[in-house]
Amino acid sequence: MKKPDNRRFIPRERNWHPPAYAPGYKTTVARSPRQSPVSMQHPTRSELTGPNFASLRLGPHDNDLLLNYREDPALAGQAGLPIGERIVMFGRVVDQLGKPVPDTLVEMWQANAGGRYRHKKDAYLAPLDPNFGGVGRCITDAQGWYHFRTVRPGPYPWPNDVNSWRPAHIHVSVMGPAISTRLVTQMYFEGDPLIPLCPIVNTLNDPDAVETLIGRLDMARSRSMDYLAYRFDIVTRGELQTYFEPGVTL
Amino acid sequence: MNQQPIRSQQPTHGGCVLYRETPSQTAGPYVHIGLALDVAGIPLRDEEIWSRLATPEADGELIEVVGTVIDGNGDLVRDAFLEAWQADAHGEFQPDYDLAKPFNSFGRTATTAEAGSEWSFTTVKPGRVPGANGQPMAPHINLAIFARGINVHLQTRLYFDDEGEANAVCPVLGAIESPARRQTLIARREEGDNGTPRYRLDIRLQGDGETVFFEF
Repeated sequence: MKKPDNRRFIPRERNWHPPAYAPGYKTTVARSPRQSPVSMQHPTRSELTGPNFASLRLGPHDNDLLLNYREDPALAGQAGLPIGERIVMFGRVVDQLGKPVPDTLVEMWQANAGGRYRHKKDAYLAPLDPNFGGVGRCITDAQGWYHFRTVRPGPYPWPNDVNSWRPAHIHVSVMGPAISTRLVTQMYFEGDPLIPLCPIVNTLNDPDAVETLIGRLDMARSRSMDYLAYRFDIVTRGELQTYFEPGVTL
Repeated sequence: MNQQPIRSQQPTHGGCVLYRETPSQTAGPYVHIGLALDVAGIPLRDEEIWSRLATPEADGELIEVVGTVIDGNGDLVRDAFLEAWQADAHGEFQPDYDLAKPFNSFGRTATTAEAGSEWSFTTVKPGRVPGANGQPMAPHINLAIFARGINVHLQTRLYFDDEGEANAVCPVLGAIESPARRQTLIARREEGDNGTPRYRLDIRLQGDGETVFFEF
């Protein structure tokens, strides 16, 4: 690794990300700053470094949501599997230069096949699935690949407009090499008619940005008589070479 | 790839084609299922990343850092999730996260109604870290705030009110034009439980006393 003070990341494009204030998504109205952010002209070691989770001890089923919430771990075969369409969600974490991001922590969480979250605060009519928790995590391999096995989450209604529904989605969290690359986003599913209707999707101003959040059906990676595969590649901020010491005072 | 490479508006890199960064989406109200399992009511795995950055064995002064998150209506945000990143007592970052070590530079916390809508970290007071010109910065903790209604996580810093001299010459604090707004980053020391000093910082997302947020 280069000396952290010499690292530089390609600046975030603020107009590509959703704006803080996006009144179509009503909760942003009271939770968006009115002042402009203070731009750090010279990010420091505090911004250019970040945690490395390669030593975090993961459980054998941490990335397998079909098995990691089984009521009785001694069960085998179909007993104790969650209800729903079996899928594999996979992809590659690369930076903006196309370089793989290895050994980085990818975390995900989702509703069950009925659109219900296993959360104290979710009171939706759809039932909990006794065999489904809805959380996964893994570390990318040397080439930046990650994968999870799960069920496709259901869409669900939420109070925004009178009748707002979230498209089926999986929340995704990626650390990347520094806190500067920290990213939390959501993957949607190709062909879901609720995508263009969603106030949260529509916080994005650029339709190309929405396209990058859609997981694509990958029949080649799907497995006969077992599961469908959805590919979702994740791009983190690019790290640039720095040829001169930054900010050297003459 | 999900997308065609595009010629970015950003400075080019040896003529290299750049991909666009994956855009952010809100962490939502159920962020706890994925990143704060205990708060969601989900059984913990063997190792979780949580709010204790330091044990009593860590070098330096053990402290508690607490606060609330307040929205533009003055209401407490009860579903915020925060991440901390800070140097150890010697001003060095400890990036290799390992729960067997007495200190880790990274931690997570959340505000919950049960905890009085407060977030908290147990850590040590960080040492001074050199800034971009090698000029030392005042002790600080970088914080990221995620929540329903926050589309891209907000980034701020927490400083300490008993570090007046260091704060006065910190190049990052000094880059905030309004001296009044600098005060929004300064945590106040108060009596803690069991003799552990406690520092408090309330994060105001909007309006009067709005916290300074950084982009970097």
